[in-house]
Amino acid sequence: MRAPLSWLRELAEIPAETVEIARALTDAGLQVERIDDPSSAIDGPVVVGQVLDFVDEPQKNGKVIRWCHVDVGEHNPDGENARGIVCGAHNFVVGDYVAVALSGTTLPGGFLIAARKTYGHVSDGMICAEDELGLGEDHAGIIVLPSDPAPQVGSDALELLGAREAVFDIDVTPDMGYCLSVRGLAREAAQITGGRFDDPYATPVPADSGRGYTVRLDTPNCPLFTAIKVTGIDPAAPTPSWMVRRLQAAGMRPIFLGVDIANYVMLESGQPLHTYDLTSLRGPIVVRQAKLGEKITTLDKLERALSVEDMLITDDSGAIGLAGVMGGLDTELQHDTTDILIEAAWFDPATIGRTYRRHKLPSEASRRFERGVDQGVAYAAGRRCAELLRDLAGGVISDDVTIAGAVQPMPTQTIDADLPRRILGVDVPATKVVEVLRASGVAVEEQDSKLRLTPPTWRRDLVDPYDYVEEVGQKVGYSAIPSRVPTAPAGRGYTARQQAQWAIIQALAAAGFGETLTLPFIGAPDLDKLGLTADDERRHVVTLANPLSDAQPWLRTTLLPGLMAAVNRNTSRSLNDVRLFEAGSVFLETGAGVQVMPDVSCRPDESEITELFARLPKQPVHLAAVLAGDWLPARWDAPAQPATWANAVAAADAVAGAIGVTLERRAAAVAPWHPGRCAELGVRAGGEFVAIGYAGELHPKVVADWGLPVGACAMELDADALVAAADALAPGEIASLSSYPAVKQDVALVVDVDVPSAAVEAALRAGAGELLESMRLFDVFTGEQLGNGKKSLAYSLVFRAPDKTLTEADATAAKESAVGAAAKATGASLRA
Amino acid sequence: MEPVEEAASAALAAIAAASNLADLADVKAAHVGEKSPIALANRAIADLPPDQRKAAGMAIGAARARVNEAFAAREAELSSLALDERLRAEAVDVTLPVAQPVGAIHPVTAMIHQMCDIFVAMGWEVADGPEAEAEWLNFDALNFTPDHPARFLSDTLFLDPPEHHKLLRTQTSPVQMRTLLTRDLPLYIVSPGKVYRADEYDATHLPVFHQLEGLAVDKGLGMADLRGTLDHLAQSLFGDGIETRLRPHYFPFTEPSAEIDVRCFVCKGECGPDKPCRTCKSEGWIEWGGCGVVNPRVLAAAGIDTDVWSGFAFGMGIDRTVMFSTGARDLRDFVEGDMRFAPLFGRLLDLEEVAA
Repeated sequence: MRAPLSWLRELAEIPAETVEIARALTDAGLQVERIDDPSSAIDGPVVVGQVLDFVDEPQKNGKVIRWCHVDVGEHNPDGENARGIVCGAHNFVVGDYVAVALSGTTLPGGFLIAARKTYGHVSDGMICAEDELGLGEDHAGIIVLPSDPAPQVGSDALELLGAREAVFDIDVTPDMGYCLSVRGLAREAAQITGGRFDDPYATPVPADSGRGYTVRLDTPNCPLFTAIKVTGIDPAAPTPSWMVRRLQAAGMRPIFLGVDIANYVMLESGQPLHTYDLTSLRGPIVVRQAKLGEKITTLDKLERALSVEDMLITDDSGAIGLAGVMGGLDTELQHDTTDILIEAAWFDPATIGRTYRRHKLPSEASRRFERGVDQGVAYAAGRRCAELLRDLAGGVISDDVTIAGAVQPMPTQTIDADLPRRILGVDVPATKVVEVLRASGVAVEEQDSKLRLTPPTWRRDLVDPYDYVEEVGQKVGYSAIPSRVPTAPAGRGYTARQQAQWAIIQALAAAGFGETLTLPFIGAPDLDKLGLTADDERRHVVTLANPLSDAQPWLRTTLLPGLMAAVNRNTSRSLNDVRLFEAGSVFLETGAGVQVMPDVSCRPDESEITELFARLPKQPVHLAAVLAGDWLPARWDAPAQPATWANAVAAADAVAGAIGVTLERRAAAVAPWHPGRCAELGVRAGGEFVAIGYAGELHPKVVADWGLPVGACAMELDADALVAAADALAPGEIASLSSYPAVKQDVALVVDVDVPSAAVEAALRAGAGELLESMRLFDVFTGEQLGNGKKSLAYSLVFRAPDKTLTEADATAAKESAVGAAAKATGASLRA
Repeated sequence: MEPVEEAASAALAAIAAASNLADLADVKAAHVGEKSPIALANRAIADLPPDQRKAAGMAIGAARARVNEAFAAREAELSSLALDERLRAEAVDVTLPVAQPVGAIHPVTAMIHQMCDIFVAMGWEVADGPEAEAEWLNFDALNFTPDHPARFLSDTLFLDPPEHHKLLRTQTSPVQMRTLLTRDLPLYIVSPGKVYRADEYDATHLPVFHQLEGLAVDKGLGMADLRGTLDHLAQSLFGDGIETRLRPHYFPFTEPSAEIDVRCFVCKGECGPDKPCRTCKSEGWIEWGGCGVVNPRVLAAAGIDTDVWSGFAFGMGIDRTVMFSTGARDLRDFVEGDMRFAPLFGRLLDLEEVAA
C-alpha cells in the first residue's frame, strides 16, 4: 500500500515527523519498506515553463527535433522572454505548460543539465519526461502540466507535480486488511503517535429507502450491497490535478473522472466501489453464484467460462460483473455517461480470492475484498463517491438509496485481563489493556478479571484471544518485551543416530572429500545415462505435479546424477581432480496413495496420525561420493596416484569404521558401475549378508555418456541402513589386552584367480582359531610358474595367546589349521 | 716417570687426539686392550715381590681408571658430535608440500551443527522429519487456511497428483507438528533441514534451501522467553552483546508473530551514510527469520490443552545465515559442487575473524 503523507495528515492529526512516523508504523506491524520522495533525487530547480513557439527540424539521422522557445518567467535570460531548448518529443502544442530542468540542475542518476550546443542550437535546459524526473516509467513524451488553473511560469514544477512529498510504501500483512486504506493507516498512525483521528467515514449504514434501485441477494457470499444513484453529471468534467497526483502517488493510473473518483474513494476508505452506467442496466440487480456453463465478457473484452464458485452481479440481460473482481463490458462507465449507479458491497473474502486467481484477475479491488473489507464503511464510501461526483461533475445524488442485506455483527470474545501480560511477558496491567483495546476501536466490557471484547467492523482479524494479545503487544511495542532465557528440562543430547549421522559426514571430509549439496531434481536422461535397467528400483520415481523444469520432473532416487553433474562443472572449470560427497534424502515411490486431511479443530485420531506418517514416499538418507582424476597428483616425492575403485571402497570403509561398522564386500555387477570393478557393500544382520551400497569404478559407458574423466569412480550407500547396523551392534565385550609376546608366521596360498581374497581370508581366520590376533595380505602374485588361472596370496599372520608365551610350535599348529580350512573352503594349496 | 704413568699419559694423549669414534676404538684397543702397556703391567704384578704388589696394583688401577674415564668422556663427546653431524645431514626442507587429500564439510552443514550444539547445550533436543511430507502437516495443522496462497502450485512443489495432498515441505514446521503429535510435554526442540519452494534459481534464491526451526512448549512460555532464546543464539553465534529485535509480522502458525532482526555483528549498528557497512547494507540490523508465540489453534490441532500449555517458535534460513556471516555472495555456489567452495569456509565460520 502506497500512502502519501499529506493524505494521512489530511485524515488524522499525527504529531510526528516523517521518519518517526515510518518507524512507529513499522514497530506496529506496518513495515514501511520505503519512503519515496522523488524530489530528493533532484538537485536544482525544475520549473514551470510555457511553450511560446517551436520549429520541427528534420535531421540527417532521421530524427525530427523540435526547437522551442519556452517562457520560464523569472528564470528567462536577462532581457529575453524565453529560453531556447531542443526537445526530442512531439506530444505538446504551443501554449502547453511543461516542466523545465534549468542548466545546473542534476536529475536522478546524476544527470547534470547544462547549456550545450546540439543540432545547431544552444539548448539551454531540458523539457522533462516523467522518467527523467524519477516520477514514473513513462518516456513516451514529455510531461504536459495541467493548464486549468494556469500554473505560474517559473514556479516549482515539482511542487505542482506532487513530487515534493513523502510517500510511504507499506508492506501490509494479510491479517491487516484494514490498513489497505489511507483511512486505516491514518487511524493507526494517530493511535501510535498519540495523535487524533476522526473517521470521515463514520456515517452508519442507513435503512433501505425502499425506492432505490432494486437489488436482490441470492448468495450467502454477499450479505450486504448498497447502491446510490447519481444523475446528470457532466461527462466532460476533468479529474482535478490534486486527485491525479494522489492516484499516481498511490500507484494507480488516472483514467477519467468517474473511474478516478471510485478509485480515489477506494484508496481512502478501503471499500472497493463499482460504478455502472445506469442507463445500460436492465431490470433488478441480482447477486448470485454462476451457473454451470455460464459465461461472461469482462471489461477486458475477454469471454470467460465461469465456475459455480464464481459470484456474479446480474441483471435481466445476464451477468454484468464478476463480483468484486471485474465489471462486465456492457454496463461499463463510458466517456459520455451522465447517470451512474454506485455499488458498495461486501463479498466473501475466500470466494473473491478463488475467483480472481481462477481467472488470473488480481486487482486493487479484489486484493482488498480478499483481505476482508469493513462492512461498516460500505454506505459511507458510496456516499463519498456520490458527493465527489456531485462536487466535481455537477451530478445530483438521489435520496433513494438501496441497502440490500445488513452489516453482520462482529464476534465477541472473552479473555483473561492478564492474558496479554502472561503471553507478552510485558507488565501491562488490565487498565492499560483496556485503554489500548478501546483506542483500537474494540468495545470492552470489564467483568471481574475477564474482558468481554467486540471488535469494530474494520477489525475482522480480531477473533481469538491471542489476536487481542498481539494487538496489545503491537500497540505497546515489541521493544518493551524483556529478554529471558527459559530453562528447558535436562536434555539427552544428540541421539545415537544423530551422532552417527554427523560422524559419517565428518569421516568422509577427513578422508579427503569435499561436501556438496546438490539440487534433488532429476529426469529420465539422468537415469538412462546411469544405465539402469527397466526394473531397477531406482526407477520408482516420485513425480512432481509442478516441477521447476520439465526436463527434471522427478525427485532423485540416487545421489549420483547430482554428483556427476557437479564433476562436470568442476572439469569445465579446469578442476580435474574431483573428490565430492553428498549426504541427503532420496525418494522412492511406494504407491502410498492419498493422504488424509483430518479436521484441524482437534487432535487427529491415532489411525489418522499413523496414516499421515505412513502415506509418503520412502525417503532414506543416502551417502554418496564421486572421484575423478588423481587421488593424489604427481608431486616432488612420488608420481601421480590416480583415483581408483580402491579409493571408493576405502571411502565407504572410512564411513562405516567411523561408527564401528565393518563392511563386508563381494563382487557385483550393478549399474552404473564397471561389472568387474564393483563391490557390493554389506553388513551382517542375523547372520545374513545385507547389501547397503556399492563402490567401485564406473562403467566406461556411463563415464562416456556423462562425459566424466576416464576411470571415474563412485560410492553410494544407504546411510540410514548403515546407522541402523551400528545401532544393532551388540555392545562389545572389551577383552583385556595380552602382554605376552606375539609370534609372526607368513603363508602363501595358491588359489584360482576368481576366488575372492575375502573368502580365503575368512577361511584362514576361521581355521586359525582364537590365537590369531591379526592378518595382513602383503602380496598378490600371478605368473607362469603358478600355472594358468592361478594366483598366489601371501599373508602375514600374527599369533598371540592371552595367558602364556606362545611357542613357534603352537603358532605353526594354528597356521596349519588355518591353511587346512582355506584348502577346504577355497581349494587353496600352499605355494611351493 | 714410572712406566705405568708413561703408558697412562700416552693413552690420555691418544684419547684426546682421537677425532672420531672409529679412531677412538683403535685407541682403546691399543691403550687398554689386552696387549696394551697397562694390561701388560697389570699382568706383571704377579712377578713383583709381594711387598710391592699392592702399591703397583694401586698405581695401575688408578692409571686405568683415569684412562677409562677420559675414554668415556671422549666417547660421549665424539658421539654427540657424530649425532650432530648426522642430524645436519638428515635435515629436510620442511616447507615442502606434503600430499594428503583435503576434504571439507559444507558450510551449511557446519552451521546447522553449530546451531544445534548451542541448543543441545541448553537442554533442547534435535528432531527431524521427511522432506516429502503430508500437506496436512505442512499447512492445515499449522493454521494455513484452505485458500492460503502458500498452497498454490506457483509457490509450493506438490507431488503428483496434487489431490493426493503430498508436497515437498516448504518449511521445517511439519517436524514441529510431528513432534507435538508424538512426544510428551514440556518440549524444547530444534529441527534443521531442507525446505523447498517453487522459487527462482539465481544468486539470491534457491528452490531448495535449509532452515532451522525451534519450538518450545511448556507452562507459562511467551514472547519474553522467545526473545531470550533468540538473544542467546545470536550471542553464541555472533559474539557478546549482539542482540535481536522483533518486528511485528504475520504468520498463520504464530500469534503474536514477529520478524527477527539481528544486530549487525560487523558494525554493531554504528554505521551510517558516512560509515557504510557492507554486511548490513548500513541498516545496523540484519533480517534473520520469523518467530512468535505458537498459535493456540496449532496446539489444538495436536490435542494440547491451551489453557495449560503455551509455546513459542522461530525459524531462520541457514544458507542466508552462512551468506551474511561469511560474505558469500552467490547462493548458486552453495549447490554447484565446485571443489573450491567448501574448503573456503573452514576458517571463515570463525565469525570474529570476519568481523575484524
